[in-house]
Amino acid sequence: MPRTPRTLRLLHTSTFRLAAVYLIVFALSVGAVLGYVYWQTLKLLDEQAEETIAAEVQGIAEQYALNGAPGVMAVIKRRSQLDTGGLYLLTTPVGKRLAGNLKSLPAMALNKPGWIEFSFGVETPRGLTEHRARAYYTRLKGGYHLIIGRDIQQLRQFGRIIRNTLFWALGLTAILGIGGGLLLSRNFLRRIDAITATLRSIRAGRMSDRVPVEGSGDELDRLASALNDMLDEIERLMKGMREVSSNIAHDLRTPLNRLRAQAEDALRSDDPERHREALEMTIARADELLKTFNALLFIARAEAGQGASGFRDVDVSEVAREVAELYQPIIEDEGGDFTIVAPEKVMLRADRQLIAQALVNLLDNALKYGRTEDRPPEIGIRVENHADHVDVVVTDRGPGIPETETEHVKDRFVRLDESRSRPGSGLGLSLVTSIARLHGGSLVLESNRPGLRAILRLPKKR
Amino acid sequence: MHILVIEDDLEAAGWLVKGLREAGHVTDHARDGEEGLAMAREGDYDVLIVDRMMPKMDGLTLVRKLREEGDMTPALFLSALGDVDDKVEGLRAGGDDYIAKPYAFSELLARVEVLGRRKTAEPVQTRLKVGDLEMDLLKRKVTRAGKEILLQPREFKLLEYLMRNAGNVVTRTMLLENVWDYHFDPQTNVIDVHISRLRGKIDKEFDKPLLHTIRGAGYMLRAD
Repeated sequence: MPRTPRTLRLLHTSTFRLAAVYLIVFALSVGAVLGYVYWQTLKLLDEQAEETIAAEVQGIAEQYALNGAPGVMAVIKRRSQLDTGGLYLLTTPVGKRLAGNLKSLPAMALNKPGWIEFSFGVETPRGLTEHRARAYYTRLKGGYHLIIGRDIQQLRQFGRIIRNTLFWALGLTAILGIGGGLLLSRNFLRRIDAITATLRSIRAGRMSDRVPVEGSGDELDRLASALNDMLDEIERLMKGMREVSSNIAHDLRTPLNRLRAQAEDALRSDDPERHREALEMTIARADELLKTFNALLFIARAEAGQGASGFRDVDVSEVAREVAELYQPIIEDEGGDFTIVAPEKVMLRADRQLIAQALVNLLDNALKYGRTEDRPPEIGIRVENHADHVDVVVTDRGPGIPETETEHVKDRFVRLDESRSRPGSGLGLSLVTSIARLHGGSLVLESNRPGLRAILRLPKKR
Repeated sequence: MHILVIEDDLEAAGWLVKGLREAGHVTDHARDGEEGLAMAREGDYDVLIVDRMMPKMDGLTLVRKLREEGDMTPALFLSALGDVDDKVEGLRAGGDDYIAKPYAFSELLARVEVLGRRKTAEPVQTRLKVGDLEMDLLKRKVTRAGKEILLQPREFKLLEYLMRNAGNVVTRTMLLENVWDYHFDPQTNVIDVHISRLRGKIDKEFDKPLLHTIRGAGYMLRAD
């Protein structure tokens, strides 16, 4: 797989895209707010200047009405000397300066009264510079030109400074935002790369590898933990599968081998009676193998969560009583003792067939293994209605199962040494376990002191 | 009995047809669903044995079509899918019985014969009679040679099933399915003990036994 350059991959991360989108939105809003402030401030300052000028024009017009041109000249002379930033000029109709701090009329056509903007020279220590001015031009009676204005150079400079600030602020935001986004993405990408690398290595066969968890408990850590849990479960299942496959190979090879040996032996003989016997045994052994296959298939489907379509409201007590009735005669015939204790009615969402099958398996087990040589079987069924679950307990008085083996015997094909000589597939308890799991419950094996206490535990709410 | 086997596995069909013929049944064979449907429409069969999965038309569709046309010939499904869901699906499509592959031939034969008999049986019966054994289904009373026999409810059900299928082989699986409604095989042979208890009640004090064990197959209730 060709590897994209790292920086390019950084730009393609979702974190970077998020950062970029956020940056754009942020920059647009900052630009809009600052732009509005800029625009409003300049407008306000302009308006203030114009209002002042308008008031002065008004005053001078009144002065002119009272005292004529000489009065106006006096006022302008006085005002020009005050350093208020005001610009004044009064000229004769031909443009000769009479009073004011402006040197001459601006080089522009002056016909009717109104607002004008122009440049004028200003003496500074560094020499003559051009300033912008905004003024009101009017013509007094008698043809005198009058200009009253303000130097707006500072105002314009102020605007420029704000514009520059705005530009730089946005630029800096963009740089910081992109940088931050890249940094974030790099961190994110580093952790995602670690997860991807782990998963790749697992796919390549290193099943024990785990995704690194940083311990901060953030969403990536939670994802990593969830992945690790999943990997643990997969590893457990795979281990189970491997065990099962090798067990299947062993436990199916043994009866197949016996079957074959017997058929060969019969073939060597000429006695038709022996042929017949061998054929009958062959069928019986094939049936046993089929039963094993069916049980394996059933467990596999149950573990995959299939076969749970028959769930209805079932009276577990009734199911237990029915199974008990099926088994009572055979236990009594063997001289054994059989008791059932079940409340009137225990309703549960369950599959009647499966619950019955589980109980039948537990009773088969109790009959086969739950007895000692010198004593008849003593078997009991008990339905216990608890607050949040129902226990169906099958007890016997046999040798029981050592406490260290109670989990192990639930695995497929596991048969304890003492029972190896007796018929059976070693699938009974794993079948019951898978039925319990399908109901959201479990199979609990305890000592009955003496004997075995097998508890099919079914939760009421799943 | 006239039987039609609709099965695409030619070797399996060959064994099946041979076995059925040897058991005394006139048996035809169709190699796929379409041929099977055509033959079932034309011929007058007592029982159809239908494989679930076949080329051209699957078994479910075939039986469903026949039922839509009003053809109620009993049908037994054969299937490699053997769980309860598949059984339910098969029965819902109009099948009358269901047997999972691989099956014991004796099991299949027993079921086919029971199905074939059903076609001619009277619809409603209140009294069943096999030899001098009589069952009154309304009074829930059983007598043999006029003498009342007391039975537990399940024993009554067991005997009723045996009497309804008198003269036919009834397998242990059939008993488990029909009397106990259990669709799985217990490892221990619990049915035998129930049969022997029933036998103790209906046969023990009489000269002629009615309830017979058929080796390698099951049981049969019969008068002679």
